[in-house]
Amino acid sequence: MKLKTILMAGAMSVAGSVATAECAFENTTELRSLTAGFEAWKAVTDAMAECGNFEANLDQEFREKQPEAFAADPSLYHIGGVANSTMIPLLNAGTIRPLNDLVEQYGQNLKPNQLITVGGDIMAIAMMVNNQHLMYREDILDDLGLDVPTTYDEVLAAAAVIEEAGVVDYPLGGTFMTGWNLGEEFVNMYLGEGGQFVDDNNMPTINNERGIASLEMMKALTEYMDPEYLVSDSTYVQQQFQQGKIAMANLWASRAGAMNDEAESQVVGLVKMASAPMGSEAPASSIWWDGIVIASNITDEEAEAAFRVAMEGIDSEMVQANQEAAVWLIDGYEPGDLAAGAAATAANGARPYPASGAMGIMHTALGNGIADYLNGNKDAETTLADIEAAYMTAAEEAGLIE
Amino acid sequence: MKFKTFAAFVGPSIFLMLLFIAFPLISVFWQSFNVTQPLYEQIEVENCTPGFLTQTCETEIQTRPMLDENGDIITRTDFVGLQSYRNVLEMERFWTAVKDWSWSGIQSIDFWKALRFTLMFTLVTLPLVVGFGLAIALVINNAAKMIRGPVIFLSLLPFIITPVIGALSINWLFRGDGILTALLEWWLARDLALFAQAWTIELMMMFYRVWHVAPFAAIIFYAGLQTVNQDSLESAVIDGANRWQRLRLIIVPHLMPLIIFVAMIHLMDTYRVFEEVVGFRSQGYVISLQWLTYDFLTPNEAGIRSISRASASAMLTMIGIAILLVPLLKRTWRDHKGTH
Repeated sequence: MKLKTILMAGAMSVAGSVATAECAFENTTELRSLTAGFEAWKAVTDAMAECGNFEANLDQEFREKQPEAFAADPSLYHIGGVANSTMIPLLNAGTIRPLNDLVEQYGQNLKPNQLITVGGDIMAIAMMVNNQHLMYREDILDDLGLDVPTTYDEVLAAAAVIEEAGVVDYPLGGTFMTGWNLGEEFVNMYLGEGGQFVDDNNMPTINNERGIASLEMMKALTEYMDPEYLVSDSTYVQQQFQQGKIAMANLWASRAGAMNDEAESQVVGLVKMASAPMGSEAPASSIWWDGIVIASNITDEEAEAAFRVAMEGIDSEMVQANQEAAVWLIDGYEPGDLAAGAAATAANGARPYPASGAMGIMHTALGNGIADYLNGNKDAETTLADIEAAYMTAAEEAGLIE
Repeated sequence: MKFKTFAAFVGPSIFLMLLFIAFPLISVFWQSFNVTQPLYEQIEVENCTPGFLTQTCETEIQTRPMLDENGDIITRTDFVGLQSYRNVLEMERFWTAVKDWSWSGIQSIDFWKALRFTLMFTLVTLPLVVGFGLAIALVINNAAKMIRGPVIFLSLLPFIITPVIGALSINWLFRGDGILTALLEWWLARDLALFAQAWTIELMMMFYRVWHVAPFAAIIFYAGLQTVNQDSLESAVIDGANRWQRLRLIIVPHLMPLIIFVAMIHLMDTYRVFEEVVGFRSQGYVISLQWLTYDFLTPNEAGIRSISRASASAMLTMIGIAILLVPLLKRTWRDHKGTH
């Protein structure tokens, strides 16, 4: 009896969400999507569901499932959510289709900078950007008479003053968790120094002065962090901010909203956003985008329906209802205070994350190898040489280099 | 029994063992000697990605896999001999480090770093698990009948907890702002960071493993204690043997086959230590052999896995377990021969 009630309630709620008719057309093709599971994707897929006959799969493990699922014939999903790097395996396997015709027919509302093109073909439609930028406690910096730091040397100087004053547990936070996070921190620093990770023949090019400067700056920053920085991911840094334990951090734009979440944060309104600190050539940050792709192994009719539904998902109405959920690229978005840091970072010339097959291997090698330097087990040059060696082994095994 | 009947009984289980044990093993063995790669081509393409307000386009050389007429990636499988094993073991760097007497040089190679921890973890926890297991079993055995049931239940609790969940809870309890760290900090009146250096993490891992596995040993030993010959115990008492002598000369020899059984199971389990590394997120400080295999198998952002190295590392783990079990198996074999 009880189970029946629950099932009924479930069926009703599904029916309820399908029946809402804010969608411009009624979709009659069965469609499925596989995307990441964060807030912005929830908003977008909810808007898509308004068109009916649509099943959204929000899954943080999407990157492991997508390549196989899209390679099936017919593809298990029609719409995919990707970022710079997760598009690479799909692009390489040819399992996503060029969207030129569909954009011409149904994409009137798209802005030119939303179109991700590869060799002249539009392969994805971007909906939002994300980058790591400086977040700081305005009250603390004001009290101590500090200016907002614009370079990492200024960050270190400010951190020293904050530590002296003893107003927070640790002056700095950082997403230094071993693995992807730590790799990304190096990527940011090294891009800021103007470095390049691999050359045209996929040979590694990180063991140089720029690489050493990046590592040394990272180590200098850790002096002002919670000593357990090697287990601190984005969520941990966000919580450190919310609990008033840190004063500054280079954190993801997508986490900015959480600073003012009254249910979690004790520092509502006190955390302000600024550009990522400058390296010698660019802001120490990388620009990421999230967007939509359509599978190749589906019929043209399905692709057309999928694209129209996707366009409904990323229209201005959705953005107006979810202004805070992300830094949208879509028409109708009004950047508020929380987006100021992401915008300033981009305006200062931050470079896009250089996604490629080789970069995927490099990122993993960096993420696993840098801890040894921060722990003091190796010096900077040995660390970089070992990371290059690890990269070479993996790239050779993958067939990227001979 | 007729051969036909025997075959009918044994056949299904042999078939399943071939399917689920032998076949995967052979396939891993085969993969560790081969490398499968896509064929790549280099092309020049113009990529456009969004800036915040404008679009940035740049032309670059990209390496892309070639596709056949069906749209599948063309791959090639080559026999590479022991290359994947060489890639995992990195013997050249190992010998250079050995010649320089450089311990940190050895520890900078992933495999040897993982092996060092795995062996230490296995060999330190083994006597502790057997010791604590025996102690708990004796306590249960000597407890009054009334409370014996509840005592067994309580001592079994740690074993029931799913290993990953147990490791995670220890992680959360001792993290920078965890409850127990806060308590210790208050008690010792100093700032503690238990996840900021390798040795504290290793200690917590061993503590966790002993806490988790000792009940299993205890319940096996408790069962064994029920079969100890009461007559020999009584005569020992009459002869004036004290508790310790009775334990050492009568009970432990009686339990020896069980101790060897527990030790073997424990060696096999602990050499594959993995949950602790994942649960404690310790890979910045401490890694194990099984974690290394897992790391090779995890696809990176670009969807690439190192399957050959993962297979080689898995085979090496198996060889390691076999070597560790040799002394115990030899002893069992000797006892087995002795009884006939």
